[in-house]
Amino acid sequence: MKYLTLFILSMILWLMLTFEFTAANLIAGAVASLICSLFFGRLFVSNVGKLLQPRRYYWFVIYLFVFLWECIKANVDVAYRVLHPAMPIRPGIVKVRTSLKSDMAKMLLANSITMTPGTISVDIIDDCLYIHWIYVRSEDPAVYTAMITGAFEKYIKKIIE
Amino acid sequence: MNNMKEIISIVFITVGVLFNLLGCIGILRLPDTYNRLQAATKAVTLGCCSILVGVIFHFGLSDAATKAFIAIPILFFGSTVAAHALIRGTYHFGITLGDKCVKDDYKEAIK
Repeated sequence: MKYLTLFILSMILWLMLTFEFTAANLIAGAVASLICSLFFGRLFVSNVGKLLQPRRYYWFVIYLFVFLWECIKANVDVAYRVLHPAMPIRPGIVKVRTSLKSDMAKMLLANSITMTPGTISVDIIDDCLYIHWIYVRSEDPAVYTAMITGAFEKYIKKIIE
Repeated sequence: MNNMKEIISIVFITVGVLFNLLGCIGILRLPDTYNRLQAATKAVTLGCCSILVGVIFHFGLSDAATKAFIAIPILFFGSTVAAHALIRGTYHFGITLGDKCVKDDYKEAIK
């Protein structure tokens, strides 16, 4: 089931990328998608039924807007630090605990954190994320956990878990 | 209408180029590898995505716009994974966080 879903998704991606509907192209796409799904099928989301629940897509759209807003806000922040003559940076690696359980959710959270400028996830060990932060605003774990993951965690929980 | 479309696409592309420029200034000015990676991955990714959105507006509904639309998520995931791999590799290679560093929780975790 996992493999079949991945095959269909990669086929759609192929058709969107090549944008021509001739027989030769369809066969080439099918072969490429087959190879892809055979190699990476085992890494795909374990419960495929979740892909068919519309509620998750609704939260995903909201999440996209939240993410975009955070991304722009933080980009301006990094631009300010870069252009400021004194360069006000206070880098450090902080440890953030997450309540997300599945691998896919953790991956999405780590990617979201990396994409908001000022933070890059360095590593995930069990349920702790190690985040490199360009300006450590607070030394208190509870405060900085809310600052880094607070905006995303509840949406990701609704999308994936 | 056509004129409007051109204006929107030019605005997006200008913003994108501006963010790319800021990212490059960041790479030159920031003191160490870790902070340079911050500028390199983020400002530049948002810049590129903005340019791609400009391309979508420029071409309207066509195959070029579809390709630009697919390139955005691929760019996002590609650059995040690359940044993560680079920063983790840098740490394990033994490059220190620099003298401005205030906190390092990762050191105890990998002991």
